[in-house]
Amino acid sequence: MRGWRIFYLLGLMVMCGLFFGALQDIHPFGEPVEPAMDDYFLERAQEERAVNNVVTSIVFDYRGFDTLGEAAVLFTAVTSVVALFRKGGHER
Amino acid sequence: MNPLSLIVRTVCNVFAWFMVIFGAYIIVHGHLSPGGGFQGGAVVATFIAFLLVAHGGKRLLGWVKEGLFSAVESTGLLIFLGAGLFGISTTFFYNFLAKKGGLFGSVVPLGSNTGVLNSSGTIALMNLAVGLEVVAGLSLIIVYMFKGIRLELDREEESHDR
Amino acid sequence: MTGNLPFVVVGLLFAIGMALILFDKNLIKIAIGVSMVEAATNLFLIVLGYRTGGSIPVYTLAGEVKRMVLPTPQALTLTAIVIGVATTALMLSLIMLLYRYYGTLDVREIRRLRG
Repeated sequence: MRGWRIFYLLGLMVMCGLFFGALQDIHPFGEPVEPAMDDYFLERAQEERAVNNVVTSIVFDYRGFDTLGEAAVLFTAVTSVVALFRKGGHER
Repeated sequence: MNPLSLIVRTVCNVFAWFMVIFGAYIIVHGHLSPGGGFQGGAVVATFIAFLLVAHGGKRLLGWVKEGLFSAVESTGLLIFLGAGLFGISTTFFYNFLAKKGGLFGSVVPLGSNTGVLNSSGTIALMNLAVGLEVVAGLSLIIVYMFKGIRLELDREEESHDR
Repeated sequence: MTGNLPFVVVGLLFAIGMALILFDKNLIKIAIGVSMVEAATNLFLIVLGYRTGGSIPVYTLAGEVKRMVLPTPQALTLTAIVIGVATTALMLSLIMLLYRYYGTLDVREIRRLRG
């Protein structure tokens, strides 16, 4: 048990070291590297989809398939919670 | 959970409805202002949590119908899927209502504007559908998790009696 | 380095969450750790899409806007938040069931009682 804790601590320290190493190479805060796709959405969302909120246009239109999966995940989670707490479902 | 005092219950009776109205505003204006179906649905689901805290669980379980919530949740997901499927002649999740006139079909002026509520095509429709689904889903989670706690409390009381 | 302070915050949140998951024995605190890792991920996505001086990507009453924040990371973060809520609810329900079966929240006790 104790050996595992030391192993975990070592792994956590290695992970933090990798994080701070990656911090030296990451782009500066406030200047994204490849904003071409997002600039396209920002310019075209109003004329293509007639919507003011660009985030909503991406969530429900340009990448609507993602949102379908998200809604399915929410539905599945709710169904699981209901199945877990159904009356008498888990009494031995 | 026991009911709280009369003051808390009265204030809850008044102000819980304002939460519902605020959440409905966030859902309906999802394509104009920050927000949308998910966020507004979470706000509206606070209504059930308010009632549960103020009025106690026994009275709340007498009020809510779990079957109704389940039906509303399924209906929301089906409307969302149907709104995606209706544009299948072009592609899945094609915005077939935008800029056609009629329902949600207005054109918005480019650049900064004051917002046109009757715009954005299927996006507004999907906001409503997802709002319905999230409201019913989170309410179901709250109600059933409370039922789980109550089952636990009942069992503990039984074991103390023995 | 100081200009990258939001990334440092992301790393700290992630490290705290992972330390909670790895070293704590209480199931509720492990769930809190998972939620903190989720929060770190969401903050990371938002921070990646920030542009200096940018306004929110909403044109309603925006005024004279010159730059806007990237919208795609925000949309994906919205997805991630909702999925996080769903998984947190499921996680807490499973913890409640574990407590009902074993009468304790300590992972060592649960492992001992089971084996």
